[in-house]
Formats: sequence, C-alpha cells, structure tokens
Amino acid sequence: MLAFLVKRLAEAVGVMLAVALIAFTIFRFVGDPVELMLNEQASQQQRDELRERLGLNRSVPEQYFAFVANAARGDFGISYRNQQDVFPLIAERFPATFELVIVATVLSLLIGLPLGVYTAVHRKSFLAQTLQFLSVLGVSLPSFAVGILLILVFSVTLGWLPAFGRGEVVKFGWWSTGLLTKSGLTALVLPAVTLSFFQITLVMRLVRAEMLEVMRADFIRFARARGLSEPAVQFRHALRNCLMPVITVTGLQIGNLIAFALVTETVFQWPGMGLLFVQAVSFVDIPVMAGYLMVVSAVFVAVNTLVDMTYALVDPRLRVDTVGGGHGR
Amino acid sequence: MSMKRNLLAAVAALSMLAGGVAEAKTLKWGAGREIASLDPYSFGETFTLSVLNHVYEGLVRYTGDLKIEPALAESWETVSPTVWRFHLRKGVKFHNGNAFTADDVVASLERVTHPTSPLKGNLPAYKSATKVDDFTVDIEVNGPYPLLLNDLTNIYILDKEWMVANDALLPTDSGKGVENYATRNTNGTGPFKIESRRADAQTVFVVNKDWWDKPVHNIDRIEFTPITSSATRVAAMLSGEIDFTNLAPLQDLPRLTASPDVKVLQSNELRTVYMVFNMKDKLVESDVTDKNPFKDKRVRQALYQAIDADAVQKRVMRGLSRTTGSLVAPAIPGYVPELDKRPPFDLDGAKKLLAEAGYPNGFSFLMNCNNDSLVNEEELCQAVASMWSRAGLKPNLSIAPRAQQTPKRVKGEFDVITFGWATEPMIDTYSLLVQVLHSKSGSAGVFNWAGWGDPRIDELTDKGGVELDPKKRIPMMTEALKIAKDEIMFIPMHQQPMAWAIRSGSVDVMVQSPDNKPRLWLAKVK
Repeated sequence: MLAFLVKRLAEAVGVMLAVALIAFTIFRFVGDPVELMLNEQASQQQRDELRERLGLNRSVPEQYFAFVANAARGDFGISYRNQQDVFPLIAERFPATFELVIVATVLSLLIGLPLGVYTAVHRKSFLAQTLQFLSVLGVSLPSFAVGILLILVFSVTLGWLPAFGRGEVVKFGWWSTGLLTKSGLTALVLPAVTLSFFQITLVMRLVRAEMLEVMRADFIRFARARGLSEPAVQFRHALRNCLMPVITVTGLQIGNLIAFALVTETVFQWPGMGLLFVQAVSFVDIPVMAGYLMVVSAVFVAVNTLVDMTYALVDPRLRVDTVGGGHGR
Repeated sequence: MSMKRNLLAAVAALSMLAGGVAEAKTLKWGAGREIASLDPYSFGETFTLSVLNHVYEGLVRYTGDLKIEPALAESWETVSPTVWRFHLRKGVKFHNGNAFTADDVVASLERVTHPTSPLKGNLPAYKSATKVDDFTVDIEVNGPYPLLLNDLTNIYILDKEWMVANDALLPTDSGKGVENYATRNTNGTGPFKIESRRADAQTVFVVNKDWWDKPVHNIDRIEFTPITSSATRVAAMLSGEIDFTNLAPLQDLPRLTASPDVKVLQSNELRTVYMVFNMKDKLVESDVTDKNPFKDKRVRQALYQAIDADAVQKRVMRGLSRTTGSLVAPAIPGYVPELDKRPPFDLDGAKKLLAEAGYPNGFSFLMNCNNDSLVNEEELCQAVASMWSRAGLKPNLSIAPRAQQTPKRVKGEFDVITFGWATEPMIDTYSLLVQVLHSKSGSAGVFNWAGWGDPRIDELTDKGGVELDPKKRIPMMTEALKIAKDEIMFIPMHQQPMAWAIRSGSVDVMVQSPDNKPRLWLAKVK
C-alpha cells in the first residue's frame, strides 16, 4: 500500500509539472494583465515598469522555472487583481465548491440509482420509457440553461429559493459551511440540482445498462429459484454487482465536477473556486490561474487514487495480494 | 420577584432592540462584478474606486452632477503656480476614532505616488506634499497644472497611524508578492464603514454615525453582492432579492420595465465610442500595399459618410445610445454643441469620394474589435463593416476578447479599431487630448497606437496643460477638438447607454450621475 501511495504521489507531481508547463505556454495568448491593472491615465513608462516587475518580459521557460521554483517553496505569488496570497484565496473558496460537488454527487446517487433500477426492471413500462427519454434531455441540456430555467421557476415565479449566493455560512477554522443554516441550505438547492442534473442521468443510464446485463446472469436465476423476494433480488443481489462501474464513474466525476462546477458557480454567483477562476481568466490574473490549475490537477490525482483504493475494498478480486481469491459474490 | 421583573425588562429591551434592528434601513445592492480589493490604491479600476468611495474620501469630491466640492479639505488656494495649499477640515474622525490631520494626507499622497503603486498615474503632476501645520498641507506639482482638483477626487485619504501600526505605509507590489494589511481591512472617514466581507459573496457596509458631513441619505446598511451572470442579476431584481443594480443588462430592459415593482434608470454615460484609423505609412492587412489609403482625408470622409448612424442607434444600440459627432460627451468641459454635428449619411457621396481618391473599387483592411469591452461592440462592428461593404470597401473583421486584442492594438497591428474613451478619472477633455490624440512623445500619447496626431493639437494640448485659468484653458481644448474633427482623425459614433434598476418599493431616491458611479450617500431608501 505504501509503495502504491508513493508511486501515486510521484505521479501527482509529474501531472502538476506538466499542467504548469502547458499553462505557462498558454498564458502568453490569454492577454496582457498590465493593461487591466493600470488605469487609462497611467503613462507608458509605468506600464513598462510594472511589466518588468511582474516578470512578464521573460521567456516562457524562464517564467515556468521561476514558478516551479517558487511553488516548490510553497510560494504561489499573489493575485494581480485581489492582491491576496493565491493559496489562501483558493483555499477560502474550496469549501463552497467541495460542498456543492458532494451534495450534487449524493443527490445524483440518491435519485439516479433507484431510477436506474426501475427503468431496468420495468423496461417496457410507460414511465420507464419516459424517464429514458428525459434522460436524453438531461445529458444534452447545458448546465447554464438548466440553471437559468430553475431560477426563473423557483426564484422569480414562485419565490421559494434564492437565485444567487451561498446564504449564511458557519466557520470552523478555515473551513466554512453552509450546511448548518437555513439560508445556506435553501441557497444550496438550485445550484446542487443544476450541477447534479447531468450526473443523475449518467448514473441512471449506467445503472440501467449494468442491471440489464446482470439480471441475465445465472446467480440471479438461482436467487429467484431460492424463493427470494423480487426487491431482495434486485437490490441486494443485482444492484450490488452493478456498483463497481458506478463507483468508478461517480468517483472520477467528482474530479470533473470540481473542475467544471465553474459554469454552475457563475450562474448562481456561488463563491467557489470556479467563479474565482472565471474572473481570473477575464482579468488575466496569471498567479490565480496557475494556482487553480495546480489545485485542480492535484484533486484529480487524489480522487483517482481514492477510487483505486475503494476498488480494492469493494471487490476483493482486485486486491493484489489475494492471488486468485474467492468469489465475493 | 425582582429578578423576574429584571428578566422581563431584559426581554422587553431585547425585543425592542430586535425591533430596531428589523427596521434598520437596508439597501441590497447587486453589482455586475466584485471589487478588486479593499485597498483603494491596488488595482486601476474605476468601479472598485467608486465603491470604496463610500468608505474612503478624498480632499475634494464630485457632486451628483459632477461639480467639484470640498470634502476633507475645506478650502484651497494656489500659493505659487506650482504650489497648492489645502486647508483641512477639523474634527474629522477615522472609523477607528483616530483624528484626521495633515500627516494622514501627506502619508496617503506618498503611498499613492510610490513607484510600485498601480494608481500613480492618477496623480501625474504630483511632486511632493508638505505639512505646514496640523490642518494645512502644501502640494507641489511638476509645473503649472490645472487639473489637480479633478485628480484629487480619486485620491482617498488613509490614516497614517493605522498604516504605520499595520505595516501598510507602502502599496502592494504585485511583483514582490507580499500581501498588504489594507487589502482586507479598512479605516476611512467616509459615510459608511465595512462591517464584514466575504469575497464574491457579500460585503456589508454600515452607516458611519460620526460622519463629518450632514447626511442626505437615510441608509443604515448596504449589502453589496456581486452577481456576474446578467440573467441571474435580472432574476434577482425581479424576485426582489436585490433592491438596486448599477448594471442592468440592456437586452433585458424591456423585461425589467414591464415589471410593476422595478424602475429602470436609463441615461448616457461619459464614454464616447469612435472608429479609429491606422495612420502609419502602410496598412497591416490590405490589398493596397504601397501606401496607406487612410492618409487621404477623402477616404476618411468617405468612411464617415458611409455609416448610417441612425440605423446603428436604432438596431444595434436598441435606441438607447446618443448618436454624436463630438469626441467627448456633453458633460465634459471642452464640449461644444457646434462640434456635435455629423455629416449626413450619404452612400453615393462616399462612393464618389473613394473614386476621387483613386479607389473606385474600394480596398480591403483589417478591422479589430473586442467582444467584451464596449456595449454591443460585436454587433456595432458587424453593422459598420457591412455599411462599409456597401460603399465598396472590404473590411476583414477580427473579433475577440479584450485581453487578447489589446496587445495587438497597443502594437498598432490593425487598420481600423473601435475605441472608447470616457476621460476617466479626471473627467476633462484634457484626458483625451494628452493620452489619445497627442503624438507619442515623452509621457503623452500613451494610447496613440498607430501614428495619428497633428502638431497643432500637440501644441494646444501642451499649452492647455499648464494654463490655470479655465476661461483660457477650455477654449484651447475645444479648438483642439475642432482640429481633430475637421481632419476626421476619428469617426465618432455615440455615447454609450447606461442603465440602472431599482425596486420602487424599497428605493426612494437614487442619483444616477453621468460617470456611471453609484453615490449612495445621496440615495434614500423607504
């Protein structure tokens, strides 16, 4: 296990170095931060001086190595726009994104799993067919459209839920949570539903496909032959054997959701990392963009590692040390 | 028994207190973007400065209709052509209780003009500041300079004692990467103080009861929330989650107006939009390779006359812009109505002029536009390009975000660009003249990206820049504007529309100034 973790850590560093290299190559084409940092009245000399001080005149490899050298010492610089240390700036917003993603993931499992089982078992029923059709919508509707639609219905027309923000938050050290206040919870509903929309349909379709496969397997017939009730067969025996790909996909999607929550965050003014990144891009805030990409690539590697470790727990056959082990089923 | 009574009294007092809090007059402000920082000398952005003006103040300030009036300075005079003496207001307190004195003014001026300050350019003429006594400060300028007061409206005064105690005497140097105390904390003299701030979520301002000025406003609390997505901002306005926005999206104005609870405040801002020509020896991307057709005044005139400004105003700008022939907006000193007239739209005349100039079949050129900078800029460019095509020209459009286009623009890699200038922050024609129209020389002509200019304009600008008497100075600027107009240096298009929205059930008075800055100390809530 230790060797495995060390290997993964090395991989993480490799991924981050590669991401940083690509990022610094791209930053040249994002624009010139100096034109945005100084106002219209600044003279040419002031502009040139600032560009020099920020090190923007240096070549890409120089900028890249300077960044890596500083980052190795834990120094990611300060935001050009907010003038705050990059790492705390991102850390401040991490809880918002993380809670949103976790709630969206839980929602997608709570809704997606039963729907998947239902559509697989009652394949021919009208409701199942309708759900199948709706899931196509779910996969293809862009999340900003879903978000705006939900806002129009639940905030403007019905006035039940807030259209933006995170409500009141409670602080535990550097972590802030909106899960403990009423306004925090109501504020969470629309963004979480929006973010989980695609995910729900994904889980549902995945479970359905797997269930159809598994329901044909011999052990299901045996289970039925043993006189077990149909729900027991479906949920305890069939569904359990479908969970492997669901865990994989859900796990990997957590990384994706964290990275791509930015659309949902922008629509709902959710004060998370994605919103910060979108603003950093529009103001060419290079230290923040670089810092964000580092954090996200680290999260990706960490999530993949966790998923691999969960595998071993869920499916004993994947444990390296159990050679040709028994059937867990 | 008495204990019980005490308890009852306490409960009663508490409930009264709670009642008082519930009646606190709150304004919920949904802005189009977050402010960069709480430090007023941190990021050269007009909007951030305008929000921080509620907390920090300058020696002088603008009224709602952009007249300069005393603020932290009560009066001033010029001791010599290069030395201004300011008499400071007495009895002013910072939010932490410290007294406001001359030391604070000197320290603040030194901070904003420090070499690493991004706002150094806001005080271009500054040479030094000296304390004469506790309530008198002399500011020395590089040469006779008429616009010091305009510049000082944007230079906010921080508390020296507080800066020293928190190691914030110098502005943040982004190159060094060290955070500054003033980035997250404030201590101003303004009508509001900051109670709490969560970046990207909410900043709460509460009234400063000890403000030196007699308040016109009746606001106890401002909840400032940035809402970057315009559809969400409109929804929040309609649902009543915000009372006020200083950025109502133009495409949603009909929806907002249709709501009985919402009132739209619509006007024209100071920013004037132009079409600007490359005036170097050759064009960047054209089928005319041996010379620059734009150097021929007839060609520029043809392009001017080929634009149907009415159609642009009605279709592209949805009837909201103010079509203009002037290079500056009416509110700006130097503007005269005579220069606001446009030559009539005349397509045949334009074709004839092009033929006379030797381009009967037109020519191609590169037109560089942003899509995130001016109001409806992309549509504006497409409309003007198609009008020019009808005159036989072949404009090639390049449209991209500002961050990508600016480097090309600065290097002069364009043949025609859209360009907007509001004369911010000094709100004077001089800003356009010295930064844009003046030829690139010394510190002048920073935005003269592609070799335009006229020696007569340079001379008038330089002379006007040291003339202290407004009666002589302003006609000089008008004269320079007339030369630019006669030469058709730029093609003026319009003053941009601006739109705010308020909930009529919550907001009583809202002053919308032409500089598009909310001044909530002039507002009243219900």
